[in-house]
Amino acid sequence: MALSGVEIFKHLPKTNCKKCGFPTCLAFAMKLAAKQASLDSCPDASEEAKSFLGAASEPPVRAITIGAGAGAVKVGEETVLFRHEKKFVNPCGMALQVMDTDSDADIDAKASAVATSEIDRVGQRLRIELVSVKDASGDPARFAAAVKRVTEKAPDAGLILDTRNTAAVEAALAHLAGKKPLIYGATADNADAMVGIAKAAGASLGVIADGLDALTALTEKITAGGFKDLVLDPGARKAKDMVEQYTMIRRSATKKSFKPLGFPVISFAVNADPYMEQALASIGIAKYASIIVLSDIAKWKSLALIALRQNIYTDPQVPMQVKQDLYKVGDVKAESPLMITTNFSLTYFIVLGEVENSKVPSWLAVMDVEGLSVLTAWAAGKFTAAKIAQFITESGIDQSVSHKELIIPGYVAILSGALEEKLPGWKITVGPREANALPAFLKNKAAAA
Amino acid sequence: MAFVVPKDTYNGKVFEVEIGTGDKAVKIGGENTLPFLTFEGAVPNMPVIAHEVQDVAPEDWPETVQAAYKGVSGDPVTWAKHCQDNLGAQAIALRLYSTHPDRQDTSPEAAAKTVSDVLAAISVPLIILGSNHAEKDAQVLRAACEAAKGRNCLIGKAQEANYKTIVAAAMAAGHKLIAMSDLDVNLAKQLNILITQMGYEKEKIVTDPMSSALGYGIEYTYSVMERIRSAALMQNDGTMAPPMLNDIGMYVWKVKETMASESDLPDWGALEERAIGWESTTAVGLIMAGSNLLIMRHPKAIETAKKVIAELA
Ligand code: B12
Ligand code: SF4
Repeated sequence: MALSGVEIFKHLPKTNCKKCGFPTCLAFAMKLAAKQASLDSCPDASEEAKSFLGAASEPPVRAITIGAGAGAVKVGEETVLFRHEKKFVNPCGMALQVMDTDSDADIDAKASAVATSEIDRVGQRLRIELVSVKDASGDPARFAAAVKRVTEKAPDAGLILDTRNTAAVEAALAHLAGKKPLIYGATADNADAMVGIAKAAGASLGVIADGLDALTALTEKITAGGFKDLVLDPGARKAKDMVEQYTMIRRSATKKSFKPLGFPVISFAVNADPYMEQALASIGIAKYASIIVLSDIAKWKSLALIALRQNIYTDPQVPMQVKQDLYKVGDVKAESPLMITTNFSLTYFIVLGEVENSKVPSWLAVMDVEGLSVLTAWAAGKFTAAKIAQFITESGIDQSVSHKELIIPGYVAILSGALEEKLPGWKITVGPREANALPAFLKNKAAAA
Repeated sequence: MAFVVPKDTYNGKVFEVEIGTGDKAVKIGGENTLPFLTFEGAVPNMPVIAHEVQDVAPEDWPETVQAAYKGVSGDPVTWAKHCQDNLGAQAIALRLYSTHPDRQDTSPEAAAKTVSDVLAAISVPLIILGSNHAEKDAQVLRAACEAAKGRNCLIGKAQEANYKTIVAAAMAAGHKLIAMSDLDVNLAKQLNILITQMGYEKEKIVTDPMSSALGYGIEYTYSVMERIRSAALMQNDGTMAPPMLNDIGMYVWKVKETMASESDLPDWGALEERAIGWESTTAVGLIMAGSNLLIMRHPKAIETAKKVIAELA
């Protein structure tokens, strides 16, 4: 979090000894604030000043990684409240809740659902990353056995150990060497013991308290001992409390540099009504939760949540794009039809999907317009007849395609005349406006040929 | 360090707009804080959901949502009454879809008659929507305004291309107005200014920032809404202070996720739940961004959105 020169100055020796190369401590502090100098240049800086300034250069919300290896999930590190200010950094992790009292078959089924949750959306492979095992039995052995079962069926999933019982945590950790789970967690009653266990296991620790005063007191107590890999649960379970408490936490951390709440938040969307559970999870995604626990991940439900998470966490300045190229759809031949579209991921994947639907092998020329949709690119002067002509001429398409007919999107029908002028010898065909009309269009064309 | 509630203070306030008449009238807007943050401001009215009803049978709606109105959707009066009496609709949004020149090209007079008939049958507030054909909407909505005189309806959508006629008609008949622009903060502001320059009060406008469905550009709508709301509250910009409307049904029930069968796309899961959840998730996302009024289609998605709204109070 950025500090002002005056704030930094308060922590310097104030002797104006000039050993740092600046005439006064204040001048040096100003340079530090502008990140044009390093505190190392002041030989007399106190340990207190070093740790204060060191902490100030950390992200306002600490990064926490759950799991290890390919499946590790990093959350936190957020810096703003609104996505239009700056890209949200690390998409929240989503967890499926498993009860240790579930039957073995149920545990296996749930763990497998997580292991096979990956779906493709707009070119990204996305999944439910975590399993949260809840200690419903009160029996450490049973808890540990459930955890072990989960790791066997879903070896890449990060784990959350949902128990207040240190014996249960220790029993489960025996099966989790090197796996860096999230232990959820520490309360005012067990914090000392839990911190010791988490530290030894290299695990992160959920901190549970009722409300933000109690939570602050508890994280301060824990961090005073030097342990900082924390995740917060202020107790919100209703929509209203989630929005308010999570906003307060994010604001405290990013705007007030309030360290005791500078950690990712874990949210429980669990609800008997599946649509309501989906809705509560959506609130968590929009409003600053970093880990969201669900009681069920039916595909219909997680598809929407994964899409929402992807949408909220895309960079508002840089639309998702695909590479400019001549793509083959299906088993293409030199005579197959040739279409052009833009490199906005959404546009490309919608068109690709419909061309695949048509079952007519086709060439799809994707032109780099900095990730804009067809009409936006046209309006922005990036998808004009001259630019398309240049792209077609320079792309080497004639090496792969034997004919000279180019199908353009219906929304830019207006370009067809100018394109024919700029691409001598080419026939420009106006395709349908909406991609969902492409299958019929391509089939008709194939039948006519 | 003790925790101190990080309150922001805003000098602006969203206008409160009332639509409808009598004890079924609803108020939207009026908050002087970001969505639902009552720890630092007042949120006098919660978001309202209007059920969408069309003047023609919804034959081009996907099966899942068509089925939900089987037996009532053949006639707009029956359909609207069903939503009010059996589904507990807080408001009805009547889309005069058949007036589009590419559809039945229904005349403004015939459309006005439909409006009168629906109004005679319901007591909840009515939102009257054109077919989104700029020129035709101007004529249709002018006739509709006249037919709905005295009922304090919400009329739309006035866009840059046609706002003059619609604003004049809404002003003459005492209706509230939806101003829609293309997903851009400055365009939204600009249109509100143009409308108020005609003498229409900005306190009677409802902004439609242009919606999008989950997975199909919702992030653009989301951020434009957050920016509009911030401008209203933080910069006390009255031209950005109208409450916001999201007409989401028409976007949601057009995307593949609400239509494709599970057998075609096994990775996507059960169609009916997926489609309903797509609409409710879109709604919840935009409610988080500051929506005050939503136009939705599926009763089950509306039920979920209402449940969430109740929990946000
Ligand atoms: C989101 C959006 C934006 C986003 C950009 C999103 C992006 N990455 O492109 C932002 C906010 C940045 C933006 C900016 C602008 N926009 Co804009 N924007 C839109 C909006 C609302 C949606 C665009 C979108 O994402 N569509 C979805 C994609 C998938 O559609 P698509 O690429 O067209 O693909 C479809 C079809 O074309 C077809 N298809 C695609 N490829 C092919 C290929 C073949 C062969 C075939 C047959 C079919 C086909 O299939 C797809 C699905 O059916 C539209 C309005 C609207 N509802 O369409 C306006 C719109 C495109 N924008 C417009 C304008 C004017 C602009 C701006 C110039 C000014 C402004 N209004 O802000 C700027 C220019 C940007 C710049 N850099 O200078 C105008 C275009 C003018 C026109 N044609 O009359 C529109 C139509 C709005 C309007 N009515 O005024 N915009
Ligand atoms: S070296 Fe340290 S004490 Fe000396 S002037 Fe620079 S900042 Fe001040």
